[in-house]
Amino acid sequence: MMSTIEASGLSKRYESSQALDQVNFRATSRQVTSIVGVNGSGKTTLLRILAGLDLPSEGKVLVDTREVGPDELRAHCTMVFQKSVMFSGTVYDSVAYGLRVSRAADGGIREKVTSALALVNLDGFEKRKARKLSSGEQQRVALARALALERQVLLVDEPTANLDPANAMIIERAIKESAISRVVLLSTHNLPQARRLSDRVIHLYRGRVVEEAESSLFFTNPHDERTRLFIDGELQF
Amino acid sequence: MDPITEGVIRAINLIVTGDREVFAITALSLYISISSTLLSCIWSIPISAALALRSFPGKRTVKGLFNALIGIPTVALGLYMYLLLSRSGPLGYFQFLYTPNGIIIGQCILVTPIIVSFSTSALESVDPDLRTLAKTLGASGFQIEAVVLREAFWGVTLAIIAAFNRAFAELGVAMMLGGNIRNLTRVLTTAIALETAKGEIALSIALSFILLGIVMSLSIAINLARRPS
Repeated sequence: MMSTIEASGLSKRYESSQALDQVNFRATSRQVTSIVGVNGSGKTTLLRILAGLDLPSEGKVLVDTREVGPDELRAHCTMVFQKSVMFSGTVYDSVAYGLRVSRAADGGIREKVTSALALVNLDGFEKRKARKLSSGEQQRVALARALALERQVLLVDEPTANLDPANAMIIERAIKESAISRVVLLSTHNLPQARRLSDRVIHLYRGRVVEEAESSLFFTNPHDERTRLFIDGELQF
Repeated sequence: MDPITEGVIRAINLIVTGDREVFAITALSLYISISSTLLSCIWSIPISAALALRSFPGKRTVKGLFNALIGIPTVALGLYMYLLLSRSGPLGYFQFLYTPNGIIIGQCILVTPIIVSFSTSALESVDPDLRTLAKTLGASGFQIEAVVLREAFWGVTLAIIAAFNRAFAELGVAMMLGGNIRNLTRVLTTAIALETAKGEIALSIALSFILLGIVMSLSIAINLARRPS
Protein backbone atom coordinates (compact mmCIF):
# COMPACT_ATOMS: atom_id res chain seq x y z
CA MET A 1 0.00 0.00 0.00
CA MET A 2 1.23 3.49 -0.88
CA SER A 3 1.92 5.85 2.03
CA THR A 4 2.08 9.61 1.83
CA ILE A 5 3.06 12.55 3.97
CA GLU A 6 1.88 15.99 3.03
CA ALA A 7 2.67 19.50 4.21
CA SER A 8 -0.20 21.90 3.73
CA GLY A 9 0.46 25.61 4.21
CA LEU A 10 3.15 25.01 6.84
CA SER A 11 4.65 28.15 8.33
CA LYS A 12 6.97 28.59 11.26
CA ARG A 13 7.70 31.99 12.74
CA TYR A 14 10.24 32.75 15.39
CA GLU A 15 10.43 36.10 17.18
CA SER A 16 12.72 37.70 14.65
CA SER A 17 12.49 35.45 11.62
CA GLN A 18 10.23 33.42 9.39
CA ALA A 19 11.75 29.93 9.14
CA LEU A 20 9.00 28.46 6.93
CA ASP A 21 6.48 30.29 4.81
CA GLN A 22 3.46 28.45 3.36
CA VAL A 23 5.27 25.22 2.53
CA ASN A 24 3.23 22.75 0.50
CA PHE A 25 4.40 19.40 -0.87
CA ARG A 26 3.57 15.73 -0.91
CA ALA A 27 5.98 12.82 -0.60
CA THR A 28 5.08 9.21 -1.27
CA SER A 29 6.56 5.83 -0.40
CA ARG A 30 8.87 3.97 -2.80
CA GLN A 31 10.56 7.28 -3.51
CA VAL A 32 13.34 9.28 -1.93
CA THR A 33 12.29 12.91 -1.76
CA SER A 34 15.15 15.29 -1.10
CA ILE A 35 14.74 18.70 0.42
CA VAL A 36 17.66 20.80 -0.69
CA GLY A 37 18.66 24.34 0.10
CA VAL A 38 21.43 26.46 1.48
CA ASN A 39 22.12 26.54 5.23
CA GLY A 40 19.32 28.29 7.08
CA SER A 41 16.74 27.72 4.35
CA GLY A 42 14.41 25.90 6.77
CA LYS A 43 15.16 22.25 5.98
CA THR A 44 15.72 21.11 9.56
CA THR A 45 12.76 23.15 10.85
CA LEU A 46 10.54 21.46 8.29
CA LEU A 47 11.76 17.99 9.22
CA ARG A 48 11.31 18.67 12.95
CA ILE A 49 7.70 19.71 12.35
CA LEU A 50 7.08 16.60 10.26
CA ALA A 51 8.65 14.49 13.02
CA GLY A 52 6.25 15.94 15.57
CA LEU A 53 9.05 17.60 17.52
CA ASP A 54 8.01 21.21 16.85
CA LEU A 55 4.65 22.81 16.22
CA PRO A 56 4.02 24.86 13.10
CA SER A 57 2.77 28.42 13.52
CA GLU A 58 0.31 27.73 10.72
CA GLY A 59 -0.72 24.88 8.46
CA LYS A 60 -1.10 21.16 8.90
CA VAL A 61 0.56 17.82 8.22
CA LEU A 62 -1.35 14.96 6.63
CA VAL A 63 -0.38 11.31 6.66
CA ASP A 64 -2.23 9.20 4.13
CA THR A 65 -4.46 12.25 3.46
CA ARG A 66 -5.53 12.48 7.13
CA GLU A 67 -4.51 15.45 9.29
CA VAL A 68 -2.41 14.35 12.26
CA GLY A 69 -1.10 16.16 15.34
CA PRO A 70 2.43 15.95 16.77
CA ASP A 71 1.78 12.95 19.05
CA GLU A 72 0.39 10.88 16.22
CA LEU A 73 3.12 12.12 13.88
CA ARG A 74 5.71 10.64 16.21
CA ALA A 75 3.97 7.29 15.85
CA HIS A 76 4.18 7.51 12.04
CA CYS A 77 7.60 9.11 11.59
CA THR A 78 11.11 8.68 12.87
CA MET A 79 14.06 10.95 12.33
CA VAL A 80 17.82 10.59 11.91
CA PHE A 81 19.69 13.72 12.95
CA GLN A 82 22.78 15.31 11.48
CA LYS A 83 24.61 14.85 14.77
CA SER A 84 24.21 11.25 15.85
CA VAL A 85 23.46 10.83 19.54
CA MET A 86 24.06 7.51 21.26
CA PHE A 87 22.58 6.19 24.47
CA SER A 88 25.10 4.76 26.90
CA GLY A 89 25.36 0.99 26.59
CA THR A 90 25.70 -1.36 23.68
CA VAL A 91 24.79 -0.93 20.02
CA TYR A 92 22.05 -3.52 20.57
CA ASP A 93 20.52 -1.50 23.42
CA SER A 94 20.66 1.66 21.35
CA VAL A 95 18.92 0.12 18.32
CA ALA A 96 16.43 -1.81 20.47
CA TYR A 97 15.39 1.23 22.54
CA GLY A 98 12.54 2.38 20.30
CA LEU A 99 11.23 -1.17 19.97
CA ARG A 100 11.32 -1.63 23.73
CA VAL A 101 9.40 1.56 24.49
CA SER A 102 6.81 0.56 21.88
CA ARG A 103 6.58 -2.77 23.72
CA ALA A 104 7.50 -5.04 20.84
CA ALA A 105 7.81 -8.74 21.73
CA ASP A 106 11.35 -9.75 22.80
CA GLY A 107 11.94 -12.21 19.95
CA GLY A 108 10.81 -9.62 17.41
CA ILE A 109 13.20 -7.05 18.85
CA ARG A 110 16.25 -9.26 18.36
CA GLU A 111 15.27 -10.08 14.81
CA LYS A 112 14.57 -6.45 13.89
CA VAL A 113 17.78 -5.17 15.48
CA THR A 114 19.85 -7.78 13.65
CA SER A 115 18.32 -7.03 10.26
CA ALA A 116 18.52 -3.24 10.76
CA LEU A 117 22.22 -3.52 11.65
CA ALA A 118 22.79 -5.72 8.61
CA LEU A 119 21.27 -2.99 6.41
CA VAL A 120 24.00 -0.60 7.48
CA ASN A 121 26.82 -3.20 7.38
CA LEU A 122 27.16 -3.42 11.15
CA ASP A 123 26.56 -7.15 11.54
CA GLY A 124 28.19 -8.41 14.70
CA PHE A 125 28.39 -4.97 16.32
CA GLU A 126 25.57 -5.71 18.79
CA LYS A 127 27.77 -6.00 21.87
CA ARG A 128 30.05 -3.05 21.10
CA LYS A 129 29.72 0.13 23.19
CA ALA A 130 27.82 2.59 20.99
CA ARG A 131 29.77 5.64 22.16
CA LYS A 132 33.09 3.96 21.42
CA LEU A 133 32.33 3.70 17.70
CA SER A 134 33.65 6.13 15.11
CA SER A 135 31.34 8.98 14.05
CA GLY A 136 30.58 7.20 10.78
CA GLU A 137 29.66 3.99 12.58
CA GLN A 138 27.55 5.94 15.07
CA GLN A 139 25.62 7.55 12.23
CA ARG A 140 25.02 4.08 10.78
CA VAL A 141 23.74 2.92 14.19
CA ALA A 142 21.44 5.97 14.25
CA LEU A 143 20.04 4.99 10.85
CA ALA A 144 19.64 1.34 11.93
CA ARG A 145 17.82 2.53 15.07
CA ALA A 146 15.35 4.46 12.93
CA LEU A 147 14.92 1.64 10.39
CA ALA A 148 14.31 -0.98 13.09
CA LEU A 149 11.11 0.84 14.06
CA GLU A 150 9.65 0.24 10.59
CA ARG A 151 7.72 3.51 10.67
CA GLN A 152 5.85 4.74 7.60
CA VAL A 153 8.00 7.84 7.22
CA LEU A 154 11.78 8.16 7.60
CA LEU A 155 13.12 11.71 7.96
CA VAL A 156 16.86 12.04 7.47
CA ASP A 157 18.64 15.31 8.20
CA GLU A 158 22.06 15.75 6.55
CA PRO A 159 23.02 12.14 7.33
CA THR A 160 26.48 12.14 5.80
CA ALA A 161 27.74 15.60 6.74
CA ASN A 162 31.41 15.25 7.76
CA LEU A 163 31.53 11.50 7.03
CA ASP A 164 34.14 9.73 4.94
CA PRO A 165 33.06 8.37 1.52
CA ALA A 166 32.94 4.73 2.67
CA ASN A 167 30.49 5.45 5.51
CA ALA A 168 28.52 7.86 3.32
CA MET A 169 28.12 5.18 0.65
CA ILE A 170 26.77 2.62 3.15
CA ILE A 171 24.30 5.16 4.51
CA GLU A 172 23.15 6.20 1.05
CA ARG A 173 22.60 2.58 0.02
CA ALA A 174 20.58 1.87 3.19
CA ILE A 175 18.45 4.99 2.62
CA LYS A 176 17.74 3.95 -0.96
CA GLU A 177 16.82 0.41 0.11
CA SER A 178 14.61 1.62 2.93
CA ALA A 179 12.54 3.69 0.50
CA ILE A 180 11.09 0.48 -0.95
CA SER A 181 8.67 0.23 1.96
CA ARG A 182 8.33 3.76 3.31
CA VAL A 183 8.32 7.47 2.61
CA VAL A 184 11.85 8.83 2.80
CA LEU A 185 12.47 12.55 3.15
CA LEU A 186 16.12 13.50 2.98
CA SER A 187 17.34 16.94 3.88
CA THR A 188 20.70 17.79 2.35
CA HIS A 189 22.76 20.56 0.86
CA ASN A 190 24.96 17.96 -0.79
CA LEU A 191 23.73 18.17 -4.37
CA PRO A 192 25.64 15.17 -5.78
CA GLN A 193 24.09 13.10 -3.01
CA ALA A 194 20.61 14.43 -3.75
CA ARG A 195 21.17 13.61 -7.41
CA ARG A 196 22.30 10.05 -6.62
CA LEU A 197 19.50 9.25 -4.20
CA SER A 198 16.43 11.26 -5.08
CA ASP A 199 13.40 10.51 -7.14
CA ARG A 200 11.95 13.95 -6.41
CA VAL A 201 13.66 17.12 -5.23
CA ILE A 202 12.21 20.08 -3.37
CA HIS A 203 14.20 23.32 -3.24
CA LEU A 204 13.64 25.41 -0.12
CA TYR A 205 14.81 29.00 -0.22
CA ARG A 206 14.24 31.34 2.71
CA GLY A 207 11.56 29.02 4.05
CA ARG A 208 9.65 28.76 0.77
CA VAL A 209 9.38 25.96 -1.76
CA VAL A 210 10.72 27.59 -4.92
CA GLU A 211 10.88 24.45 -7.03
CA GLU A 212 9.67 20.86 -6.84
CA ALA A 213 10.39 18.40 -9.62
CA GLU A 214 11.49 14.93 -10.67
CA SER A 215 15.18 14.57 -9.88
CA SER A 216 16.32 14.38 -13.51
CA LEU A 217 14.37 17.50 -14.47
CA PHE A 218 15.40 19.38 -11.34
CA PHE A 219 19.09 19.03 -12.09
CA THR A 220 19.00 19.31 -15.88
CA ASN A 221 16.24 21.80 -16.49
CA PRO A 222 15.39 23.89 -13.43
CA HIS A 223 12.59 26.38 -13.92
CA ASP A 224 13.38 28.75 -11.08
CA GLU A 225 16.32 31.10 -11.39
CA ARG A 226 17.24 30.56 -7.71
CA THR A 227 17.35 26.79 -8.26
CA ARG A 228 19.62 27.25 -11.25
CA LEU A 229 21.93 29.44 -9.19
CA PHE A 230 21.85 26.94 -6.31
CA ILE A 231 22.79 24.06 -8.58
CA ASP A 232 25.62 26.14 -10.03
CA GLY A 233 26.80 27.00 -6.54
CA GLU A 234 26.16 30.71 -7.02
CA LEU A 235 23.14 31.24 -4.79
CA GLN A 236 23.77 33.57 -1.85
CA PHE A 237 21.60 33.36 1.24
CA MET B 1 56.75 6.84 72.73
CA ASP B 2 54.86 9.99 71.80
CA PRO B 3 51.09 10.01 72.38
CA ILE B 4 50.23 9.97 68.68
CA THR B 5 52.35 6.91 67.88
CA GLU B 6 51.02 5.19 70.99
CA GLY B 7 47.53 6.14 69.91
CA VAL B 8 48.04 4.70 66.43
CA ILE B 9 49.32 1.38 67.86
CA ARG B 10 46.39 1.18 70.28
CA ALA B 11 44.01 2.06 67.52
CA ILE B 12 45.25 -0.77 65.31
CA ASN B 13 44.99 -3.11 68.28
CA LEU B 14 41.39 -2.07 69.00
CA ILE B 15 40.39 -2.59 65.37
CA VAL B 16 42.25 -5.89 64.91
CA THR B 17 40.92 -7.40 68.14
CA GLY B 18 37.38 -6.35 67.24
CA ASP B 19 36.64 -4.15 70.24
CA ARG B 20 32.95 -4.49 71.00
CA GLU B 21 32.26 -0.83 71.77
CA VAL B 22 34.16 0.45 68.74
CA PHE B 23 32.22 -1.86 66.47
CA ALA B 24 28.87 -1.02 68.11
CA ILE B 25 29.51 2.68 67.59
CA THR B 26 30.52 2.06 63.95
CA ALA B 27 27.42 -0.06 63.30
CA LEU B 28 25.12 2.62 64.73
CA SER B 29 26.84 5.32 62.69
CA LEU B 30 26.38 3.31 59.52
CA TYR B 31 22.74 2.55 60.33
CA ILE B 32 21.91 6.20 60.96
CA SER B 33 23.78 7.63 57.96
CA ILE B 34 22.58 4.99 55.49
CA SER B 35 18.98 5.42 56.70
CA SER B 36 19.05 9.20 56.44
CA THR B 37 20.69 9.13 52.99
CA LEU B 38 18.27 6.56 51.56
CA LEU B 39 15.24 8.27 53.09
CA SER B 40 16.17 11.64 51.66
CA CYS B 41 16.67 10.06 48.22
CA ILE B 42 12.92 9.32 48.21
CA TRP B 43 12.11 13.02 47.82
CA SER B 44 15.42 14.49 46.69
CA ILE B 45 15.71 12.59 43.40
CA PRO B 46 12.17 13.44 42.22
CA ILE B 47 12.81 17.08 43.22
CA SER B 48 16.05 16.98 41.17
CA ALA B 49 14.23 15.51 38.19
CA ALA B 50 11.61 18.26 38.39
CA LEU B 51 14.27 20.97 38.68
CA ALA B 52 16.34 19.58 35.81
CA LEU B 53 13.64 18.52 33.38
CA ARG B 54 10.57 20.67 34.00
CA SER B 55 9.90 24.36 33.65
CA PHE B 56 7.94 26.20 36.32
CA PRO B 57 7.86 29.68 37.84
CA GLY B 58 10.46 30.21 40.55
CA LYS B 59 12.64 27.32 39.41
CA ARG B 60 15.85 29.36 39.60
CA THR B 61 15.01 30.54 43.10
CA VAL B 62 14.35 27.00 44.30
CA LYS B 63 17.64 25.81 42.77
CA GLY B 64 19.48 28.72 44.36
CA LEU B 65 17.94 27.92 47.73
CA PHE B 66 19.05 24.28 47.62
CA ASN B 67 22.54 25.34 46.51
CA ALA B 68 22.74 27.81 49.41
CA LEU B 69 21.63 25.18 51.91
CA ILE B 70 24.48 22.81 50.99
CA GLY B 71 26.79 24.64 53.36
CA ILE B 72 24.39 24.98 56.29
CA PRO B 73 26.33 24.68 59.56
CA THR B 74 25.41 21.42 61.22
CA VAL B 75 25.34 23.03 64.66
CA ALA B 76 22.80 25.61 63.49
CA LEU B 77 20.65 22.92 61.88
CA GLY B 78 21.02 20.82 65.03
CA LEU B 79 19.82 23.73 67.14
CA TYR B 80 16.74 24.41 64.99
CA MET B 81 15.88 20.72 64.92
CA TYR B 82 16.41 20.55 68.68
CA LEU B 83 13.84 23.32 69.13
CA LEU B 84 11.40 21.45 66.90
CA LEU B 85 11.90 18.04 68.50
CA SER B 86 12.30 19.06 72.14
CA ARG B 87 9.49 18.18 74.53
CA SER B 88 8.01 21.69 74.34
CA GLY B 89 8.59 21.99 70.56
CA PRO B 90 5.96 21.47 67.85
CA LEU B 91 7.18 17.90 67.16
CA GLY B 92 7.91 17.05 70.82
CA TYR B 93 4.95 14.68 70.92
CA PHE B 94 6.88 12.13 68.83
CA GLN B 95 9.72 11.95 71.41
CA PHE B 96 12.45 11.75 68.78
CA LEU B 97 14.95 13.85 70.72
CA TYR B 98 17.98 11.85 71.95
CA THR B 99 17.06 8.84 69.82
CA PRO B 100 18.68 7.46 66.65
CA ASN B 101 15.49 8.46 64.80
CA GLY B 102 16.01 12.05 65.88
CA ILE B 103 19.51 12.04 64.34
CA ILE B 104 18.14 10.40 61.18
CA ILE B 105 15.52 13.18 60.78
CA GLY B 106 18.18 15.88 61.25
CA GLN B 107 20.58 14.26 58.82
CA CYS B 108 17.81 13.83 56.24
CA ILE B 109 17.37 17.59 56.24
CA LEU B 110 21.13 18.10 56.21
CA VAL B 111 21.77 15.93 53.12
CA THR B 112 18.68 16.82 51.07
CA PRO B 113 20.26 19.96 49.53
CA ILE B 114 23.39 17.96 48.63
CA ILE B 115 21.45 15.26 46.77
CA VAL B 116 19.11 17.77 45.13
CA SER B 117 21.84 20.17 43.94
CA PHE B 118 24.35 17.57 42.75
CA SER B 119 21.71 15.34 41.13
CA THR B 120 20.14 18.33 39.38
CA SER B 121 23.54 19.23 37.93
CA ALA B 122 24.10 15.63 36.83
CA LEU B 123 20.68 15.48 35.16
CA GLU B 124 21.15 18.85 33.48
CA SER B 125 24.51 17.75 32.07
CA VAL B 126 22.88 14.94 30.05
CA ASP B 127 22.90 15.89 26.35
CA PRO B 128 19.46 17.45 25.64
CA ASP B 129 19.56 15.83 22.20
CA LEU B 130 19.09 12.47 23.93
CA ARG B 131 15.67 13.61 25.08
CA THR B 132 14.75 14.65 21.54
CA LEU B 133 16.04 11.34 20.25
CA ALA B 134 14.02 9.33 22.79
CA LYS B 135 10.96 11.35 21.78
CA THR B 136 11.39 10.52 18.09
CA LEU B 137 11.78 6.86 19.02
CA GLY B 138 8.35 6.92 20.64
CA ALA B 139 9.21 7.38 24.32
CA SER B 140 6.56 8.88 26.61
CA GLY B 141 7.35 11.77 28.97
CA PHE B 142 8.02 9.34 31.82
CA GLN B 143 10.23 7.15 29.61
CA ILE B 144 12.22 10.21 28.50
CA GLU B 145 12.83 11.12 32.14
CA ALA B 146 13.91 7.53 32.79
CA VAL B 147 16.45 7.82 29.95
CA VAL B 148 17.88 11.01 31.44
CA LEU B 149 18.08 9.40 34.90
CA ARG B 150 19.83 6.37 33.44
CA GLU B 151 22.33 8.53 31.57
CA ALA B 152 23.00 10.52 34.75
CA PHE B 153 23.28 7.36 36.87
CA TRP B 154 26.87 7.91 37.97
CA GLY B 155 26.36 11.60 38.63
CA VAL B 156 23.34 10.83 40.82
CA THR B 157 25.27 8.02 42.53
CA LEU B 158 28.09 10.41 43.35
CA ALA B 159 25.54 12.86 44.78
CA ILE B 160 24.21 10.10 47.04
CA ILE B 161 27.74 9.12 48.12
CA ALA B 162 28.56 12.77 48.88
CA ALA B 163 25.38 12.96 50.96
CA PHE B 164 26.27 9.77 52.86
CA ASN B 165 29.78 11.07 53.55
CA ARG B 166 28.35 14.34 54.86
CA ALA B 167 25.90 12.52 57.15
CA PHE B 168 28.51 10.00 58.31
CA ALA B 169 31.12 12.66 59.12
CA GLU B 170 28.94 15.40 60.65
CA LEU B 171 29.01 16.17 64.35
CA GLY B 172 26.56 19.00 65.12
CA VAL B 173 23.27 17.26 64.34
CA ALA B 174 24.34 13.98 65.97
CA MET B 175 25.48 15.79 69.11
CA MET B 176 22.48 18.08 69.52
CA LEU B 177 19.73 15.65 68.55
CA GLY B 178 21.37 12.44 69.79
CA GLY B 179 23.02 13.70 72.94
CA ASN B 180 25.94 11.25 72.61
CA ILE B 181 24.33 8.70 74.93
CA ARG B 182 26.45 5.57 75.35
CA ASN B 183 24.95 2.45 73.75
CA LEU B 184 22.03 4.49 72.40
CA THR B 185 23.01 7.49 70.27
CA ARG B 186 26.79 7.54 70.38
CA VAL B 187 28.14 7.62 66.84
CA LEU B 188 31.70 7.83 65.51
CA THR B 189 31.94 11.62 65.40
CA THR B 190 30.41 12.26 68.82
CA ALA B 191 32.57 9.49 70.30
CA ILE B 192 35.73 11.00 68.77
CA ALA B 193 34.83 14.42 70.25
CA LEU B 194 34.15 12.91 73.66
CA GLU B 195 37.23 10.66 73.82
CA THR B 196 39.50 13.48 72.66
CA ALA B 197 38.07 15.75 75.37
CA LYS B 198 38.73 12.97 77.91
CA GLY B 199 42.32 12.59 76.66
CA GLU B 200 41.66 9.09 75.28
CA ILE B 201 43.67 9.79 72.12
CA ALA B 202 44.09 6.12 71.18
CA LEU B 203 40.37 5.46 71.06
CA SER B 204 39.81 8.72 69.20
CA ILE B 205 42.41 7.77 66.61
CA ALA B 206 40.92 4.28 66.25
CA LEU B 207 37.48 5.75 65.65
CA SER B 208 38.84 8.33 63.24
CA PHE B 209 40.61 5.57 61.27
CA ILE B 210 37.33 3.76 60.91
CA LEU B 211 35.55 6.96 59.92
CA LEU B 212 38.13 7.83 57.30
CA GLY B 213 38.46 4.21 56.15
CA ILE B 214 34.74 3.85 55.45
CA VAL B 215 34.45 7.22 53.68
CA MET B 216 37.53 6.59 51.51
CA SER B 217 36.74 2.93 50.77
CA LEU B 218 33.30 3.90 49.55
CA SER B 219 34.65 6.58 47.23
CA ILE B 220 37.36 4.25 45.89
CA ALA B 221 34.81 1.45 45.37
CA ILE B 222 32.52 3.80 43.42
CA ASN B 223 35.40 4.97 41.24
CA LEU B 224 36.43 1.37 40.53
CA ALA B 225 32.87 0.33 39.71
CA ARG B 226 32.42 3.26 37.35
CA ARG B 227 32.99 2.17 33.79
CA PRO B 228 33.08 4.46 30.79
CA SER B 229 29.83 4.15 28.83
